[in-house]
Amino acid sequence: MIDIVLLGLNHKTAPVALRECLAFSGDQVETALNDFRKYPHLSEMVLISTCNRVEILMAASDRSLAIQSAKEYISEIKGIPVSEFENALYTHVGEDAVRHVFRVASSLDSMVVGEPQILGQMKDAYLAATQKKTSGVILNRLLHKTFFIAKRVRTETGIGDHAVSISYAAIELGRKIFGSLEGKKVLLIGAGEMAELAVEHLIRNRSGDVFVANRTFERGMELAKRFKGRAARLEEISDCLKEVDIVISSTGAPGYILNRDQVKSVMRARKNRPVFFIDIAVPRDIDPEINRIGNAYVYDIDDLKNVIDENIEDRNREAVKAERMLDEAVIQFRKWFESLGVVPTIVALRTKMEQIAEFEVQKTLQSLKHLSEDDRQALQRMTQAMVNKILHDPTTYLKRNGCYGDKSTHIDITRKLFNLDEDTQN
Amino acid sequence: MERVFIGVTFLYLLSSAGYLSYLFLQKNALQQISAAILVTAFLGHTAAIGYNFFLAGHIPVRDLHEALSMVAWTLSGSYILSLNRFNLKILGAFAVPLTSLTMIASALLPHASIETQTNFRSIWLVFHILAVFIGEAAFALACGIGILYLFQEKAIKTKRRSFFYRRLPSLELLDASGYTCIVAGFTLMTIGLATGFVYAKLVWGKFLSWDPKEIWSAITWLIYAALIHERLTVGWRGRKAAILAIIGFCVVIFTFLGVNLFLKGHHGAFTRW
Repeated sequence: MIDIVLLGLNHKTAPVALRECLAFSGDQVETALNDFRKYPHLSEMVLISTCNRVEILMAASDRSLAIQSAKEYISEIKGIPVSEFENALYTHVGEDAVRHVFRVASSLDSMVVGEPQILGQMKDAYLAATQKKTSGVILNRLLHKTFFIAKRVRTETGIGDHAVSISYAAIELGRKIFGSLEGKKVLLIGAGEMAELAVEHLIRNRSGDVFVANRTFERGMELAKRFKGRAARLEEISDCLKEVDIVISSTGAPGYILNRDQVKSVMRARKNRPVFFIDIAVPRDIDPEINRIGNAYVYDIDDLKNVIDENIEDRNREAVKAERMLDEAVIQFRKWFESLGVVPTIVALRTKMEQIAEFEVQKTLQSLKHLSEDDRQALQRMTQAMVNKILHDPTTYLKRNGCYGDKSTHIDITRKLFNLDEDTQN
Repeated sequence: MERVFIGVTFLYLLSSAGYLSYLFLQKNALQQISAAILVTAFLGHTAAIGYNFFLAGHIPVRDLHEALSMVAWTLSGSYILSLNRFNLKILGAFAVPLTSLTMIASALLPHASIETQTNFRSIWLVFHILAVFIGEAAFALACGIGILYLFQEKAIKTKRRSFFYRRLPSLELLDASGYTCIVAGFTLMTIGLATGFVYAKLVWGKFLSWDPKEIWSAITWLIYAALIHERLTVGWRGRKAAILAIIGFCVVIFTFLGVNLFLKGHHGAFTRW
């Protein structure tokens, strides 16, 4: 009997230094999928490698042999002795492996629960495997089911709702203030990775002009060029405030760059249009008192972190719902997987044939009222014999075929050919 | 007609319950069902008022029972219209219960058939009543939107995601739709007052009789005029505008009911019971 075997490591089991060493590049994945043919006890394989995880998903006739050869292969291709990464590996077999794949795709196993990239990465990995024809009946079915359930989790639970990064949280708040961010003008004071990321998100949301004010004008020019905006001097901030709607500040200045009076005096010129200050700097750049001015909203880094914490809690709550959905999916998949055994297939095939024969005999007998009891029994014996004769060759073929080659393919074809899965479909 | 009236009241209540549960549960289906019930109730209500209009030959606002029913009708109509315009579904949790309460108040008041006065049969009066009632309904919506704005603004300012934070739309949308309601209400109110003056001239021979109702209407009109003016010149928006919309509506209620109950005047008849 073939088992689904999964061997892998992720951000929980392996430190980043190890993950870096073991990650497969696109080319390496291809090589690995080609080399897979060298292992006759592996019937199918899909290899998933992202910056947070490496997962080798296999269908194998001998589970311990499969695990062993996978480890050796990693060691060989990466040039690292098995003992160095063995402790970081986890292995799942059968139903556990199925559940693990479902959890990974639904982003329940991710570093940030609910992050959306992993599903796309798994789809790419599966595509690579189908191109190399290393995935077969079992893994095809498993991954289709996986993509289906992951999509369902995303749409039916709030697992991907609400931002869990500083810059996204700021964008979300901006939407609660302005509705659409389209055409809103942005002022970036200072520079910094997080602030620049926030500006990029804003531009992606089709915000309007970007102004960049920096202590060193040249640096400001560079950034302004990158955002296709305009550079301004720090002294010009007050003038800019008359125009801009969103201010992102991230300077290294020891004191406040903007105080209450400065903002209060421009609010009139702005005709009180709302203005949103995002203060990412520590120590803070923007006087928190500004938040008390009407139509001015100030969020500092701690406020944004609080928002994120609450959002993460929400996601974790939704994850519980998602786990329940996965339970169902695992059971459904097990039903299908179990039906792949030779005996259940032969039984199902025989039952179907006998049902058809019995039905037709009854139908015929109803219009042949003149037959004696002996005649009737003769007729039934004949149909029974026909069923047996017809099924003899397929049955022996299925039984014998179990010894060599990929049995599951033949069983799957048999089941499809005779439509044996009518009621166990998804 | 009584049966239709009770049926309509019942439907309004049902729709209110739907909107309130939508507020808590956030299931879109609830909102859709409630809106469908509301439209049904509104159509029934329109038929009832139309029938009375046909019998009386003028808009049926002869006593408080009829006047309140008319208020409820314009309120639900305005909300349905606003739903098309701004898609502010959550506003239903304010507008529809308000409609229902008005209908219940109307239903509790006695209703005697009153003989029709011929001088009520004037086209000016039809315009006067319709414009004033619909204008006041628009002010009621502006007040509701103002309340929602204050909730949302508080949530964002205090950085605490209260019950309303997730449920309410953006401040900008609330502010803009509230302003649209006020402009619409103000326009209708102006038309209402103008047609009222014309009617007064035709019936009593003078435009203005310094009746308390007229004075308070002028005060209401000035409040909204000030609101619009300040917004256009110095940009009174957001919190200030929301608070003023709420105050304005309180004055509207006083002008509509309070003046008739506490002060005397020539609109006395229509709040009689």
